[in-house]
Amino acid sequence: MALSSTARLPAAKPAKRPGGLRRRLAPYGFLAPFFGLFAAFGLFPLLYTAWVSLHRVELQTSDRMDWLGFQNYTRLLSDPFFWNALRNTFTIGVLSTVPQLLMALGLAHLLNYKLRGRTFFRVAMLMPYATSVAAATLVFAQLFGRDYGLINWVLSSIGVNPVDWQADTWASQFGVSAIVTWRWTGYNALIYLAGMQSIPGELYESAAVDGASRWQQFRHVTIPGLRPTIVFTVVVSTIGATQLFGEPLLYEGNSGGGISHQYQTLGLYLYEQGWTFFHLGRAAAVAWVMFLLIVLLALLNAAIAARRNRTDR
Amino acid sequence: MATPRVRRSAAALGSTVLATALLLTACSSGSGSKDSADGKVTITVDLFGTFGFKEAGLYDEYMKLHPNVTIKQTDTQDEGQYWQALQTKLAGGGGLADIQGLEVGRVASVVQKQADKFTDLKTLGIGDVNDDLVDWKGAAIKTADGKVLGAGTDIGPEAICYRTDLFKAAGLPTDRAELAEKWSTWQGYLDLGKQYAAKAEAGNAWTDSAAGMFTAEVGQQKVRYSDEAGKPVYDSSPAVKTAWADSTALVADGLSAKLAQWTPEWNKAFSTGKFATLSCPAWMIGYIKGQAGDAGSGKWDIAPGPGKTGNWGGSYLTIPRTAKHPKEAAELIKWLNAKEQQATLFTKQGSFPSSTGAQAAIKDVTDPYFNNAPIGQIFSESAKAMPAQVLGTEDGVIGKAFTDALGEVERTNTAPDTAWKHALDNVKKADGN
Repeated sequence: MALSSTARLPAAKPAKRPGGLRRRLAPYGFLAPFFGLFAAFGLFPLLYTAWVSLHRVELQTSDRMDWLGFQNYTRLLSDPFFWNALRNTFTIGVLSTVPQLLMALGLAHLLNYKLRGRTFFRVAMLMPYATSVAAATLVFAQLFGRDYGLINWVLSSIGVNPVDWQADTWASQFGVSAIVTWRWTGYNALIYLAGMQSIPGELYESAAVDGASRWQQFRHVTIPGLRPTIVFTVVVSTIGATQLFGEPLLYEGNSGGGISHQYQTLGLYLYEQGWTFFHLGRAAAVAWVMFLLIVLLALLNAAIAARRNRTDR
Repeated sequence: MATPRVRRSAAALGSTVLATALLLTACSSGSGSKDSADGKVTITVDLFGTFGFKEAGLYDEYMKLHPNVTIKQTDTQDEGQYWQALQTKLAGGGGLADIQGLEVGRVASVVQKQADKFTDLKTLGIGDVNDDLVDWKGAAIKTADGKVLGAGTDIGPEAICYRTDLFKAAGLPTDRAELAEKWSTWQGYLDLGKQYAAKAEAGNAWTDSAAGMFTAEVGQQKVRYSDEAGKPVYDSSPAVKTAWADSTALVADGLSAKLAQWTPEWNKAFSTGKFATLSCPAWMIGYIKGQAGDAGSGKWDIAPGPGKTGNWGGSYLTIPRTAKHPKEAAELIKWLNAKEQQATLFTKQGSFPSSTGAQAAIKDVTDPYFNNAPIGQIFSESAKAMPAQVLGTEDGVIGKAFTDALGEVERTNTAPDTAWKHALDNVKKADGN
């Protein structure tokens, strides 16, 4: 809105001298609230966290800060639990992101057909996303219960031994990933759907004239047309996966990420350092390492996308 | 950071919460209890587990005696989660209730590190509230310079709760004296468990978890995780080593239902008869009644356990510095802790009084829920022989590291030696140095 009203200004009134300056400043005025908020709630905490990460700070005596230099970071890198958390973040990230995006793509393709009750399906897609992490996780934790959970009940009724969905490494990671997948598949499907609708219909028509099947149309028209959308969802999902926190925290109500930290993600590791062991300085160091990791992943994604675009041309 | 996909950006969350927590230490915003102009006061109480004040009707009685007072209680089942939340609120200075409960395993940490965050009860005129208690209980909450930071409520003398119906089905005796004799040692408890397992239906384990047995056994010794000088000895203490050996033997013999205590699965198992015995500190009685409900009445019984003594848990009531109504809170605490109320609490809920006056009054109490077991006598004798436990600042963290490791042994088939190493690693990870 801000943009369109400024854009319309010159047409309405021919520019006068004093108005010229105002007009040049106006966009900055409109942008100021965001950057003001960002400075207060984004930038300042970020820098302050960096400062804290160079100190020993304990939650129980948080008014005291002892200078440590980079000791929190070196300790972090030599802590096997950090590497464990990093590995878990990666495996859970892959387990949840890959099926999630593939399923979203398939669903979007189906929704793109002319369907009766299309709006219903589209709204239904978004329902899991609208559910709170806490509610979804608590329900899933019940389903995955070892002794009284629905999933084990179904498994046992077809003769499969019950699985300890919380203590077992892969099973618990699968459980956490299932929650993430359930919540985000529909959301991504709608993004893909929006992308698909911007692909011109003539492309499909001419492909059909050339005798391309539905599947060939999907592969040779839809996928290339969706490339920017796919890159976007991959980047955003990667960031989300790196920061995964609520689901594993509530999965068993254990801030350690399970009895042997088998599904402790970086977010949980940060939380455990800060709010179970009360080492705020160390938690701040983890937060910064995560931040840098995300920047790195985003750059990597961008580089891959740029490279693919170049090879296309 | 403004991408829509970012749900709870952990980095942003971490940094903002951190910054706010640090910045807010100076300010204090109360717990938000609103009082009307006509002199009415709302006292907020924040507790963990089952203290039982409400269930025993003590709040109602107090409000009847003081018509201007309303008591509002919030409750977290898992003490570990409660403690985390309490620490975060203490650092931020906001969201604290007028009265906060405190578990005995956290007391040393509060007394040594956070004395300035709690009100000295002497300044509120109830400095004598612990005078009637067993000695160690009152001493543990006193700072070196004599401040009284809290009022002791209950202690946790130990016994064993068991299901008479499951015992009968497996052909075991159900008589208390006979059982107490058979399981007078932990070895005897394991042996009887093996007899039970040989005859019991599949899926009805001897006990709920290795963690329950471990905690009970460790609680029977004076020195557990730290020695008198405050030095951590958890990795060499004989108390810990023996308890570890016994509770891993329990798992090896297949006697555990492999449940994690304080989880929803554990809670459900109380009513389904998934286990036949349970390490039972006095306050567990209230917990069993809450989880097993009326249907469990008459099925449960209770007998003196191995060693016939030990302490597991017990609590204090404190008033944080930021409390809105410290005066009224102090009055309530004084009343709740008077021996009459402690005795009522035991009779109705099973929380064993730390007041010696109340202990004298409850000697003959029996509990119909537990087949009229003489719980007064059983727990009094257990309490009489109880060691004055040495409390360390990290007891809570260390205890959790060991019970988690036992969970690995029972649920993921980790070798006990490997799990033992994991426990030590986990304690080290929590270490501040």
